[in-house]
Amino acid sequence: MYSEKVIDHFSNPRNVGEIENASGVGTVGNAKCGDIMRIYFDIDENQVIRDVKFKTFGCGAAVATSSMATELVKGKTVYEALEVTNKAVMEALDGLPPVKVHCSLLAEEAIHAALWDYAEKNNIVIEGLKKPVNDIAETLEEEEY
Amino acid sequence: MSKLIYLDNAATTRVKKEVLDVMLPYFTETYSNPSAVYSFASEGKKAVMEARNQAAALIGAKPEEIYFTGGGSESDNWALKATAEEYGSKGKHIITTKIEHHAILHTCEYLEKHGFEVTYLDVDSDGLVHPEDVEKAIRPDTILISVMTANNEIGTVEPIAEIGRIAHEHGVLFHTDAVQAYGHIPINVDEMNIDMLSASGHKFGGPKGIGIMYIRKGVKIRSFIHGGSQERGRRAGTSNTPGIVGLGKAAEIAGKTMEERVRKETELRDYLINRIENEIPYSKFNGHRTERLPNNVNFCFRFIEGESLLILLDQNGICGSSGSACTSGSLDPSHVLLAIGLPHEIAHGSLRLTLSEETTKEDLDFVVEKLKGIVERLRSMSPLYEDFLKANKA
Repeated sequence: MYSEKVIDHFSNPRNVGEIENASGVGTVGNAKCGDIMRIYFDIDENQVIRDVKFKTFGCGAAVATSSMATELVKGKTVYEALEVTNKAVMEALDGLPPVKVHCSLLAEEAIHAALWDYAEKNNIVIEGLKKPVNDIAETLEEEEY
Repeated sequence: MSKLIYLDNAATTRVKKEVLDVMLPYFTETYSNPSAVYSFASEGKKAVMEARNQAAALIGAKPEEIYFTGGGSESDNWALKATAEEYGSKGKHIITTKIEHHAILHTCEYLEKHGFEVTYLDVDSDGLVHPEDVEKAIRPDTILISVMTANNEIGTVEPIAEIGRIAHEHGVLFHTDAVQAYGHIPINVDEMNIDMLSASGHKFGGPKGIGIMYIRKGVKIRSFIHGGSQERGRRAGTSNTPGIVGLGKAAEIAGKTMEERVRKETELRDYLINRIENEIPYSKFNGHRTERLPNNVNFCFRFIEGESLLILLDQNGICGSSGSACTSGSLDPSHVLLAIGLPHEIAHGSLRLTLSEETTKEDLDFVVEKLKGIVERLRSMSPLYEDFLKANKA
């Protein structure tokens, strides 16, 4: 059901991890629906994304779209990153099954959320960037199993 | 990929060689329509009769109480819809549970749209239906109680003998969806007060596309598929002779091998459960420890999602299944896991492994080794696990 590219990005995800003291961090989705993406940016003084990492809880498509999204924004300016749409992520992956399109939307939102965090931390305005609506709705229940 | 380790026997099973062998002649040699008059048809007729005996013997039924259908879903639909139709003038209330298969649940939803009222009973955290809850739910207008013999996801075996007794004390018909149980654990329709029972051929070494419905003598439900007078006028359609013969043979083998198979599968099942529980942290065992199908293992692994787990297992030649939203095609995880009280985010990380008599200890050792690595790998990239570790450090 998945393209070879999706399986490749799921099996060998690029840019997995965390960035300490990141310039911007965005977390979107919620555990209830089964998808959470977190993207970390290291952005230099010229507003270029020097490094990017991600962590994702979710299905194969969620992991693959996160991986591809990080590849598409790495080395780009924040304005170029803002142009990376869910459609671009999907096309780069040779498509997604219809029920998985929401995963690519999550990737776009995660980029925006991380950019928003960067803008807030640095007290700047990124033209065209709206405050992300989608954020973790559910906190993890601290039950012991 | 060297070897395929198939641990999805609750989804379907391999057709046994002995089963296939008895089926094959009915495709190309004795292919007659068993309803025909000429002598060429007599062998098919005899074979269908023999299969009916075999299918009946496995559950202590009379052969004339066995009806061949197109599968488990058809049997479930037939039992519910035809009972509603026939007994609807007596009452419009049906009792079932929240953990039934969709063949029951969606049929109940259909009946609700047609004037029936359905009570969906809760289960406890092990997935058990409490007989006293069944009794409390009975009303003067209750016409049917339908409770599955064993659950397809978490393997919990329900106290159907007790529920059957309660149903009969109150003069209510009792149906059980035994698709996962028939051929796997002992069932006796008289001892368990079962009026109707659904089963499916491909869940116990028989072919797909063939099922049975047991209907106790005296239960007055009518035909669901209208047409010819096959199956004593209760189920139209040319008899699927190869399928029927295959189901009968599979039932015969299942009966003969049950004791030894249950013993072996239970031992392997508990071995796998113990290893996973001891070796994979933050794993949650699902279902009842002992009131359980001999071949069912079900766990949730916290902080990870089931579909990812399945893909990585598949890359190691291991076939399993999950109740995550991504595998169900909706946004919600399995209704069974939610019914036993699991929060959504934990239910998303479920894995079901269902063994067969072909499963070996070596297979399971391989699975546990792979599973450990896969769970660790997925957790290392899970933001939930990251948050959990940070919260625990603080």
